[in-house]
Amino acid sequence: MIELFRNPNYDFIGKRKWAYIVSIAVTLLGLLTLAARGGLRYDIDFTGGTLIQVRFEQPPAIAKIRASLATIQLGESIIQEFGDAREFIIRLPLVAVGSEEIARRVQAALGGDSALGKFEIRRVEFVGPQVGRELQLQAVYLVLAGLVWIALYLAFRFDLRGGVAAVVAVFHDVIVCLGALSITNREFSLPVLAALLTIIGYSVNDTIVAYDRLRENRGKFVPKGRTFAQQMNDAVNQTLSRTVLTSLTTFFSAAVLLFFGGKTLEDFAFVLFVGVITGTYSTTYIAAALVVDWTNYVEGRLRRGKKAVVKA
Amino acid sequence: MPRHLRVRVAFVVLVVAASVWYLSPPQKAINLGLDLQGGIHLMLGVEADKHVASQTDRAAEDLKGALERKGIGVKRIAREANAAIQVELASPQSWNDALTVVSEFGSFERRDENQAAGRFTLVMSERRVNQLRDDAIRQGLETIRNRVDQFGVAEPTITRQGSQQILIQLPGVQDPARAKALIGKTALLEFKLLDERTSIEQALAGQLPETSEVLYGREVDKQTKVEHKVPYVVLKRTLLTGAELTRAEVQADPNSLGNWQVAIEFTSTGTRIFGEVTEQNVGKRLAIILDGTVYSAPRINERIPGGRAVITGQFTVDDARDLAIVLRAGALPAPVVILEERTVGPSLGADSIRQGLIAITASAVVVFIFMLAYYRLSGLIADVALGLNLLILFACMAAIRATLTLPGLAGIALTVGMAVDTNILIFERIREELRVGKTPRSAVEAGFRRALRTIVDTHLTVMGTAVILLSFGTSSVKGFGVSLFIGLGASLFTAYFFTRLLFDLVYMGRRKVEAISI
Repeated sequence: MIELFRNPNYDFIGKRKWAYIVSIAVTLLGLLTLAARGGLRYDIDFTGGTLIQVRFEQPPAIAKIRASLATIQLGESIIQEFGDAREFIIRLPLVAVGSEEIARRVQAALGGDSALGKFEIRRVEFVGPQVGRELQLQAVYLVLAGLVWIALYLAFRFDLRGGVAAVVAVFHDVIVCLGALSITNREFSLPVLAALLTIIGYSVNDTIVAYDRLRENRGKFVPKGRTFAQQMNDAVNQTLSRTVLTSLTTFFSAAVLLFFGGKTLEDFAFVLFVGVITGTYSTTYIAAALVVDWTNYVEGRLRRGKKAVVKA
Repeated sequence: MPRHLRVRVAFVVLVVAASVWYLSPPQKAINLGLDLQGGIHLMLGVEADKHVASQTDRAAEDLKGALERKGIGVKRIAREANAAIQVELASPQSWNDALTVVSEFGSFERRDENQAAGRFTLVMSERRVNQLRDDAIRQGLETIRNRVDQFGVAEPTITRQGSQQILIQLPGVQDPARAKALIGKTALLEFKLLDERTSIEQALAGQLPETSEVLYGREVDKQTKVEHKVPYVVLKRTLLTGAELTRAEVQADPNSLGNWQVAIEFTSTGTRIFGEVTEQNVGKRLAIILDGTVYSAPRINERIPGGRAVITGQFTVDDARDLAIVLRAGALPAPVVILEERTVGPSLGADSIRQGLIAITASAVVVFIFMLAYYRLSGLIADVALGLNLLILFACMAAIRATLTLPGLAGIALTVGMAVDTNILIFERIREELRVGKTPRSAVEAGFRRALRTIVDTHLTVMGTAVILLSFGTSSVKGFGVSLFIGLGASLFTAYFFTRLLFDLVYMGRRKVEAISI
């Protein structure tokens, strides 16, 4: 049979100090990128505005499209190639004009320039200011509700330390994903939100597997002299082949979505792709590592407390 | 086969049969979302307060008539805000008579009385305001439903959302702009006389009597196709509205080749009023106004007794047809605004479903081959289980009539990932048990038992987040949550119940199991 690891015994937990440095650095990098770019770039789902997807018969020059749209006075439009050279996404800011009128004007402007040739409007999305604000709030609530649910469930199934550490790990993953989104100049849209929530689920899934193993081991006979850190390390090693196999399959699935899923799914798949990597990493080096240090800290205080009592 | 195995096999057969039953015929079973098959998603906000305002206007008009009939002079009567009427009597002496008349307007309460000045304000009761608001939305919903039915859309969704919103989903519509115009039009048809004493120049200069207003008509130049606006001075009083219509039909315009017109017929009340109006105003011009735009203003040559009229206005056949539809379906009690719109053309929908399917098939194939190569016979078992998982997932979606959207497809992709993870967890556990020297049979037993707790934990946490998504998320996020939730439920069932059953079928029947292909 094919085996990736046979009784692996790597010292993961022992190197956690280095990992903390890496985690903090990556999180800071993510936050700095976000700060440098003035926060996330929200898609029209959240800001309100109009998105129009147009497919031309012949590849047009972007400058031509921009020039013809400039005449209709609907504000600063953002024009991006979408998938191939014949397809474009035009984003228009929120204006006082109704959605029907916007579509009509864009159609007229593009149709008015004969150099652009024939085209088809394939998608129109209009989000009014009220809906945009609602969706923005909703996004925050959904992420928070997801985190709270996870913390509660884990605190109930394991203990408070596990719950909190898992949420810290998940939070790290969210920051890294948002940072990656910002570095690659992608927009925060509804599908990206869905992907983030998926990653929250995925990351916590991974964490549970490790915690479950630790709990199971501790329920059985624990060899004397094995520190808590070593026990945690054992649990991570025992679940290592499963972690690697699952991460790889999920990683491949995300990669397939990213490269073959088409332009519409691209941002969604990108977040999954980044999230699978950071989610796997954070299980060991944030969730498990934090529980170890937290437990050591608490037990250290207890021991010192006892010694103090004995001395007195 | 032992009895307990037979029961389990029967159960699985039942599940498969039910799934197949729900999924047949496959083209009809699964509802495709608008992003996959093309169509329009519209969120309309109903400006219900405008309905309240127009009802207040009517009440003010009625009150004025009632006071005048009693011989009570009125200096000023006007609507204030949405639901209040300010009344100023010509003389304070008629105060008590006026109050008697007012007391008949039950839905209004008197405020800010000033008897010495003969002034008071009527405010519509809170209950009545809420009732009118609710009416505006319910009637609006009904009217839009009527229009969509007449327009001919297969399986439209038209529902009320929250307190003042209407959600409309029209799958597979080919001409979104036209459908939108049809739905969003208030379609208030009004007949008003032109004010022929005030010239347009005077009116535009601001010298407008209080009883008149300026409305515009649209005219398109045949040669240049440039549209320009034509002003009309119109008396504010509405003589007749579209509420009194019984029929509206499309006809060819006999006076202008290639143009179409809409012939309308009034109810008996409408016919009577129309007859009176035309009789009293022979020689004057009567404006036909739709949503504040003047369509035509023909001169009345004689009394028109039959209750018939035509609306002309350089219509194409589609324009005329849509106008006839909205006139038949009636006016919206209050205007609507588009709060959110998502329109996907049919060709884009086809593209995205193709790409989504390619992506999912590709990732499934990668996973299938990997499992088979890595776990051999056990991998095959996992693959069969994965197949069943997808079957159940689609069947459940068909059963609850869930809509499959693009994010929904992504949710399915994720489900596949987690379902595979479940099998990996179990298999790795069995391998571990084998490594410590357990017999194959007890290794399978222990592997499943130990993996169960982890599997339940992982599934419940992710299903919990899926529940949050599907209950609080809107549209696309919701679709993702639905398919993820169902998929994980199915995964819990297949990985544990079905995979276990296959293991038992393969290994339990034999007297002695030498080794497991894992």
